[in-house]
Amino acid sequence: MHLDHDHHHGPVALSADAHRPDGSRRALRIGLGGPVGSGKTATVAALCRALRTELSLAVVTNDIYTREDAEFLLREAVLPPERITAVETGACPHTAIRDDISANLEAVEDLEDEAGPLDLILVESGGDNLTATFSKGLVDAQIFVIDVAGGDDIPRKGGPGVTTADLLVVNKTDLAPYVGSDLARMAADAKAQRAELPVVFQSLRSGTGVADVAAWVRERLAAWTA
Amino acid sequence: MSRAALLVLADGRFPAGGHAHSGGAEAAVKAGRITGAADLEEYCRGRLHTAGLVAGAFAAAAVLGADVRELDAAADARTPSAALRGAARRLGRQLLRAARAAWPSAELDALAREFPKGAHQPVVLGVVARAAGLSAVDAAYCAAYESVSGPATAVVRLLSLDPFEATGVLARLAAEVDLVVDRAVEAAREAVEEAGVDALPAASAPLSEIGAEWHAGWAVRLFAS
Repeated sequence: MHLDHDHHHGPVALSADAHRPDGSRRALRIGLGGPVGSGKTATVAALCRALRTELSLAVVTNDIYTREDAEFLLREAVLPPERITAVETGACPHTAIRDDISANLEAVEDLEDEAGPLDLILVESGGDNLTATFSKGLVDAQIFVIDVAGGDDIPRKGGPGVTTADLLVVNKTDLAPYVGSDLARMAADAKAQRAELPVVFQSLRSGTGVADVAAWVRERLAAWTA
Repeated sequence: MSRAALLVLADGRFPAGGHAHSGGAEAAVKAGRITGAADLEEYCRGRLHTAGLVAGAFAAAAVLGADVRELDAAADARTPSAALRGAARRLGRQLLRAARAAWPSAELDALAREFPKGAHQPVVLGVVARAAGLSAVDAAYCAAYESVSGPATAVVRLLSLDPFEATGVLARLAAEVDLVVDRAVEAAREAVEEAGVDALPAASAPLSEIGAEWHAGWAVRLFAS
């Protein structure tokens, strides 16, 4: 708990307020978005495994029309069930994470009230298109997850997710030789689109990159609690 | 206060969570009761005269100063389906969050403090309308129109219905929305002035309640309710 002298007396937070009603600093919220099948849920699971012994964390999923992602995380037992909440999005995850964030805000606040205190909440979007980004009213930072099998021209195409996400994860690098994706070209295109913003090449199968993503999250958390 | 506040509050893009709900249309589509624009019109008409009338009267009564706790309990009593009561409270909470940002007021903060998990959406809608400087009639319009616009937009997604046809349905129902609003506001005035909240309309559609319970048990669905 990071008690703060600047107490807020409102009944409940409105959106991205950094403090909870009792004046304590709320958990850092990191969004994970990206196309269908790029490995967002698997990345969330890997992050939970990497960080759960050192941090108090929880996950919100935004599925398109099922609770598959929440159920995958439950099945994998990466976190206890009371730390995983599924938000229903009416078939539009990008609406729930960007245009109308009210259900997601309720989910993150309820997790902090009921499973807290928490250091970190991961908000996962259902698979969507290259323009889907998280509202700043919902998350403090966002990770965009693409994969090499989705086409090595995705970094070149750009779009708000690839261009502006705080971290770009290029997943499934182990598949590159089989699908004819050129990792060097993807890295060069990502650099051209993102300038100094970081990119991690990840393979959950071989474990490559997971530690880099976890380290990036730790840096964000250190900045948030500083 | 500006009358245009009504346009802000009634805007389908007002960020209060409505986009994830179908107003019972998803269950009705799956059961084969809505297959196209003609069915949608009949479905919306039924909803307007039941859920729409009740929601309109509750919203208007809240604007006119009826006790919010009493209204919330009376709304519970009119909603047999636990799934629908849950959805109404979640939507009430989401609406209150958006409204507190749009029209900051002590009354809205107090409501959030009193109902941390949300009050019934039409009750919140009435308090919000008052905070926005709007009238009982305005609040009833919002509630009655939402009762048909929600299913109409949901059916566009569920059946890939031509969006022009769905909008035509809403336009054809407009005169009936006027009538329902008149009845809702009259009932709210009577309730607030003498008869009490128990006298507010209690029109119901049992199939909607049954459909909501059925829908809540599905493993795969597009909408939350």
